[in-house]
Amino acid sequence: MNEQIEQMKQEIILKMNNVKSSKELNDLRVEYLGKKGPIAELSAMMKTIPVAEKKQFGAALNSLKTEINTLFEQKRQEINLDELNEQLAAEKIDITLDSTMIPVGGKHPIQMVIDDVCDLFVSMGYDVVEGPEVEQDLYNFEKLNLPKGHPARDTQDSFYITEEMLLRTQTSPVQARTMEANQEKSPIRMICPGKTYRRDNDDATHSHQFTQIEGLVVDKNISMADLKGTLEILAKTMFGEDRVIRFRPSYFPFTEPSLEVDVSCFRCGGEGCSLCKQTGWIEILGSGMVHPNVLRNCGYDPEVYTGFAFGMGPERIAMLKYGINDIRHFYTNDMRFINDFNRKEGGNA
Amino acid sequence: MKLSKRFLNDYVDVADIPTRELAEKMVFAGNEYESLEPISTAKGLVIGEILSCEKHPDSKKLSICNVNVGETEPLQILCGAPNVVMARKVIVAKIGAVLPGGEIKKAKLAGMDSYGMICSLAELGLDAKYVTEEDKKGIHILPDDAPVGEDAIHYLGYDDEVIDFELTANRGDLLSVLGMAYEVGALYDRPVIEPVSEYEETGEEIQSQMTLEVQTDHCPIYLGKLVKNVVIKESPNFIKARLMASGIRPINNVVDISNYVMLEFGQPLHFFDYDRLGNHVYVRNAHSKEEMTTLDGQRRVLDKQDIVIANEQEAVCLAGVMGGQNTEVEADTKNIFIEAAIFDPLNIRYTSKRVLRSEASNRYEKGIDPNRTEQAIHRACALLAQYASGEVAKGMLKHDVADHNDSEIIITRSKINNVLGLDIPLDEIEKVLIRLGFSVTVNGEIFHIIVPTRRLDVTIPEDIIEEVGRIYGYEHLEGKVPVGVMKKGSYTKQAQILKDVRNRLSALGLHQVITYSLVSETESKLFPILDSEEIVLQSPQSEEHKIMRRSLIPSLLNVYRYNMARGIRDLRFYEVGSIYYKKENVYNEKPVVAGLLSGTYLKNSWNGALVPVDFYVLKGVVEQLLHYLGFAGRYRFVADIDLNDMHPGRSGAIMIDRTIVGYLGQVHPVIEKKAVYVFELNLHTILGMKTRGVKFRELNKYPTVKKDVAFIVKKEITSEMIKQVIQKAGGRLLTNIEVFDVYTGDNVGTDEKSVAYSLEFQDMTKTLQDEEVTAVFKAIIGAVTTKLNGQLRDK
Repeated sequence: MNEQIEQMKQEIILKMNNVKSSKELNDLRVEYLGKKGPIAELSAMMKTIPVAEKKQFGAALNSLKTEINTLFEQKRQEINLDELNEQLAAEKIDITLDSTMIPVGGKHPIQMVIDDVCDLFVSMGYDVVEGPEVEQDLYNFEKLNLPKGHPARDTQDSFYITEEMLLRTQTSPVQARTMEANQEKSPIRMICPGKTYRRDNDDATHSHQFTQIEGLVVDKNISMADLKGTLEILAKTMFGEDRVIRFRPSYFPFTEPSLEVDVSCFRCGGEGCSLCKQTGWIEILGSGMVHPNVLRNCGYDPEVYTGFAFGMGPERIAMLKYGINDIRHFYTNDMRFINDFNRKEGGNA
Repeated sequence: MKLSKRFLNDYVDVADIPTRELAEKMVFAGNEYESLEPISTAKGLVIGEILSCEKHPDSKKLSICNVNVGETEPLQILCGAPNVVMARKVIVAKIGAVLPGGEIKKAKLAGMDSYGMICSLAELGLDAKYVTEEDKKGIHILPDDAPVGEDAIHYLGYDDEVIDFELTANRGDLLSVLGMAYEVGALYDRPVIEPVSEYEETGEEIQSQMTLEVQTDHCPIYLGKLVKNVVIKESPNFIKARLMASGIRPINNVVDISNYVMLEFGQPLHFFDYDRLGNHVYVRNAHSKEEMTTLDGQRRVLDKQDIVIANEQEAVCLAGVMGGQNTEVEADTKNIFIEAAIFDPLNIRYTSKRVLRSEASNRYEKGIDPNRTEQAIHRACALLAQYASGEVAKGMLKHDVADHNDSEIIITRSKINNVLGLDIPLDEIEKVLIRLGFSVTVNGEIFHIIVPTRRLDVTIPEDIIEEVGRIYGYEHLEGKVPVGVMKKGSYTKQAQILKDVRNRLSALGLHQVITYSLVSETESKLFPILDSEEIVLQSPQSEEHKIMRRSLIPSLLNVYRYNMARGIRDLRFYEVGSIYYKKENVYNEKPVVAGLLSGTYLKNSWNGALVPVDFYVLKGVVEQLLHYLGFAGRYRFVADIDLNDMHPGRSGAIMIDRTIVGYLGQVHPVIEKKAVYVFELNLHTILGMKTRGVKFRELNKYPTVKKDVAFIVKKEITSEMIKQVIQKAGGRLLTNIEVFDVYTGDNVGTDEKSVAYSLEFQDMTKTLQDEEVTAVFKAIIGAVTTKLNGQLRDK
């Protein structure tokens, strides 16, 4: 009897070695452990076995069952692993194939500059303010100390709609509007981005439409030192922490004193290169102390209040920063151009 | 303003200052320059005397010259210029001399040695406009008294450098060499030497020969002098060279003197041919439609804002802008009437804008020092006497109602320092003001400053602050940040919404573009636009940019076409900008957002993934935007609305609550053949609408039951209609409806379609029982059947 059990065990082990799939294993299991299988037959023999041998036979049979079950379980795990590995091997793909084009949009480069500047100034307590593009001569020129016939109007050839209405040539009228609208005549800190227009033929460096960002601070005891400190922060934010600025006297009718502001060249660091025309400096904005006439025209007492104003061109800043050689790119919107700016600034990923 | 260094050196000693350094110093006083160049770069030229000149035996053109250049032996030089035969004194480039064209070397011409070159003016590198007709014929012939062996460039006055300043509009005073001298004098603390005008007067008093009548309020000063028997000839070298350096072409001694004095003093002069002018001079406004011929030969039609100088018969000069042909100084002119006047800058500006921007009008527009006018006329008389043998008549015609007083400004030290943000000591400020040529008296902390009339731009205390700042130097300024009451900075509501819209559309895969606000006449009428008037430019620069746009879509279509033409076909972009129109005489400017999509929205070609742009992609973008802005459940899309230039069957209005806020759809094939999808949303309308705050919603923890159903309905029944019926019948247990199939064809009537829905049911409070779902499901089927006459489609 015991030989029979031992023999069957060997037989199963032998067959199990040849099993390759979970189906074959299952079949083998049914074959031996099924209701009509040899083990069932052996169990059935219990009835016919003499009582004396029964106990010993029963124990042998149980041990066989346990052993076989363990073997089957081991084999099943083995096969599962094989099958998983096979599946994984079969599922291998070429990860170097082209990806799916996920639609992602982004900001226009002019917008990037505007947002950078506005975010900076909002963080310093400035309000972002807007004004009309179809403007009155009164605000675009007269309130800004540029009466009719003023020679400085020559530098801003304008698109007139009627005698009194024109497309604003600068964002400065928003200064006048903001001051005038402030009923309390309280301190002002504002920044104003917007579209502006001048009667120019479009070419690589001229555009009949362009953008300006205007800043204005009016308060008691505002000095040019405040202006310089503020613009230093701007220059460092836009062009890098190592930048310094310098003031050159200039003339704008709405500021007195007036200044041009240069930033140390961000390409050569001030050594002199082709970008800065060997000077080490790049002109980036115009500014000055608000002219007393402008303050007065807008209801502020120049004896009590002083202020500074500055204005810059985002196109110029973007052109300098990114080496763009033609201002028309901004308005043509070639998607190859637009796409190249659809990323964050370099420096720190 | 082109400033000759030698000219400047006549009035302030700058000989020891390198020109580049001088120019840079001026920049930091607020006077930018465009260029700095020598008149001629030629080096090593001498004056030579031609001792003999013979024809070359083997050449028709060449002459063999023996030229004395002040050395022991004369040089043999071959020359090809035809006029060399008439020359005695010439400019010689010896071997080793450097011309703009290169270094001079010993040469062999037609078999003979040549030890140098006899030069023309063009070979010296002189601008062609200064080379006279006479000189164009060949070499330059020097006067017989030119000193042999001396530096020819120095002799001609061409050893000079020119700084071309780009002056600001306020510094009219710097449009004169004297003004420049005062500026440079202030910067270097050096004295200015004014020119002296001494001459003798002869003959009859001018008053007994001429009369002057000023009949306009727009001429504060008019002075006249009479100079008789002038001899017209070439100007002396120093005048010619200084004019050329200043960008003015020398003509003859008389004309040159009027320009020379203008350059010196900044006071334009006009010389009339007295014999043709007559004895009576009138200064008046032109009559309406009055005509005159200016000296450029053009017939001009004038109006009342033009000022003219006239004689008894007619206008003879367009004041401050251009002389008249009828009284022009010509080669045979003998007697000259000199005008030195000041006219109203506004009138001059009005006239010069129409006629000509001249050296004179430019100075008049920026303002003339009233104390220079008389000095200038005397200077002209002195020069005419000296260089044109003129006989100056006694006396002067004079009309003068100008204010000649210097201006007085009072300012404290603290005011100056408070604005500059500096702490300049009292005596430093005083020093700066004195260097500027202002008279200063200091009383404690208070400065009493007298500003001479030559500085017409300095009138108020702030001007003094600027003068102190720019001369003292802004490099002393230390930056600080304004202190004041702390306040938060913010975007306006509108700016914030525009920002939100941009961010969301970028996230939805659209690129921002920025286009021109000015469009063409055709473009201005395209697409749905408000019933309004166009805002049209008076004088546009081009037909393409003439009218302020009333829709952004035409501009977006331009971007589309530009990119398509370059093979870029999958396009997704938007613009946030304004539209502009006039309504009931009010100018309007309203923010809108518009987008354009075409080609493929999402793709992976080899992998079979492809979402082409169609109406529903566009709709998805707009829905996501509206959802983001907080309008979930409040917007709908309405078909069959007549939308200009949009595909009638593939477009619709966008509605929030009961307000139309924009439109979307395919561009009409007549406008664009290929399928292009666009939308435009009036952000100004949306800006006024209230939206709810974001609020937490309890998450359902019970399972969802899904059921599919398909209905056959008439084609004109819209999905929205079916959804509304299903929604109503489904009640609160129906949590989601999704169309998963739309079918027309076999087994469905030709006027019918089958729409299949996937429905989701869920209860917030418990697990749904089958019977509950079945009951609701049946109610939905019943409702669609009865209300929309739909049939349940069997599987």
